[in-house]
Amino acid sequence: MTPKIRIEDVSYAYDGAPALQNITLDVPKEAISVWFGPAGGGKTTLLRLINRLNDLVEGTQMSGRILLDGRDIYASGTDVPSLRRRVGMVFALPLPLPGTVQENVLYGPKLAGERDPTRLRQALERSLRQAALWDEVKDRLDSPASRLSGGQQQRLCIARSLALEPEVLLLDEPTSGLDPISTAKVEESLFQLKQEYTVVIVPHSVQQAARVADYAAFFLMGELVEHGIGSNIFTAPRDGRTEDYVTGRFG
Amino acid sequence: MNRFAIQRIGFAVLALAALVVVSPIVLVIATIVVRGISAINWEFLTAIPREGMKAGGIFPAIVGTVILTLGTALVAIPVGVGGAVYLAEYARDTAFTRAIRLLFLQLGTSIVAGSLTLAIMTLPVVISTAEEALRAVPTEFRTVSASVGGTQWQGIWHVVLPQAMPGIITGIILGLLRAAGETAPILFTVAAFYLPRIPRSAFDQTMALPYHLYVISTQVPGMPEQIQYGTALVLLAVTLSMNGVATAIRSVFRRRREW
Repeated sequence: MTPKIRIEDVSYAYDGAPALQNITLDVPKEAISVWFGPAGGGKTTLLRLINRLNDLVEGTQMSGRILLDGRDIYASGTDVPSLRRRVGMVFALPLPLPGTVQENVLYGPKLAGERDPTRLRQALERSLRQAALWDEVKDRLDSPASRLSGGQQQRLCIARSLALEPEVLLLDEPTSGLDPISTAKVEESLFQLKQEYTVVIVPHSVQQAARVADYAAFFLMGELVEHGIGSNIFTAPRDGRTEDYVTGRFG
Repeated sequence: MNRFAIQRIGFAVLALAALVVVSPIVLVIATIVVRGISAINWEFLTAIPREGMKAGGIFPAIVGTVILTLGTALVAIPVGVGGAVYLAEYARDTAFTRAIRLLFLQLGTSIVAGSLTLAIMTLPVVISTAEEALRAVPTEFRTVSASVGGTQWQGIWHVVLPQAMPGIITGIILGLLRAAGETAPILFTVAAFYLPRIPRSAFDQTMALPYHLYVISTQVPGMPEQIQYGTALVLLAVTLSMNGVATAIRSVFRRRREW
């Protein structure tokens, strides 16, 4: 099966300080890929390279190629806003934009030029349902997003990404600030989402990595140590460093 | 000496400092109000000056100052906020040389010339406070906007500017209030010594309160003191009420910003 995303020999540095070294990795379609490892491993950087969010950071150096459906996303002439509509991102800290619940969810579609009230209404309900938030906010779509609880805000941020119906959803420790119940809800919605979407998640714990992974990749100090089917990585890692991390000997 | 005593001394010193700052202002305002209030009546506010400005009203000067301040705002706000957006959002950290071309227009002595002059004087305050306000908006908001397909400008327009608006308005208030009270810059560009009518067009001259006050306090012998203080009181009231309007606008934006 052709991968949704192909990362080819990518190296990356911030002001000369290497963050990623010669990463080659495929992201399969309609599955959850987990990129895990201790902090500073380069997972977040790689995630932000896939929708070109690191374009906003100055003084960086990149080599290698990243292909989405076989197309180099760093090729000149790439429409970056369109790329980001196809590749959504959810951040570690929930950050609702100023405004109401509804305004937050529909921010992306409106920027993309969607004006049809019926379609906006459908996008609103669909994405809030997908993010397992609809039942909790359906009666206060017009109240400020800041009034939601932390867990609800994070699911709102997921809904905000989903409103654009992205093909790929990138999640950077989306449950790091959440209680166990909210975490379970988010993970539950990830299992729903992978039916249609390609999901890449940087988990906040090894336990979460093992719970959700179809495929897993272990990053250490900017290096991709090993990758493969999730259950293999967590039960029978080939590399000693992966085993040490998975079994809790360091990290 | 225990730490509570130190705290009490600290508070006392701070209160004293505040008193030193505030009391002269209160004294000045009180003096103006006490000596000028008797001059204020309907005719003084709505009539043109008569008898070499020793009688009648100051209506043309009031109108002139309001128009000049609005004209200043018209130029200073778009140019100032635009410049700040450029500096805070677009300009890179590299050394950047800018050639500033001064455009000399044949405007003569007119409201346009006076407004432009005041606007240029106001710009530094507007630009620097607006730039600060924009930089104070966390980067993450720009990132979030970009992550759902927003262009840089869409992020600035829909997210960053609304967040920075209260700070930007503060800068505009400070700048415009200063402009409203300026005498020297309007002396050669717009202000009329004695022009007892309201201006007819943007290229007309006009009287203005600060210059009028200067004229009647120094240039006209035998000017009743009451009229001088009355004019000062009106100038104070006009600037403060414009301040009030701007502050009200700002609080609307603050409320809308809730997050």
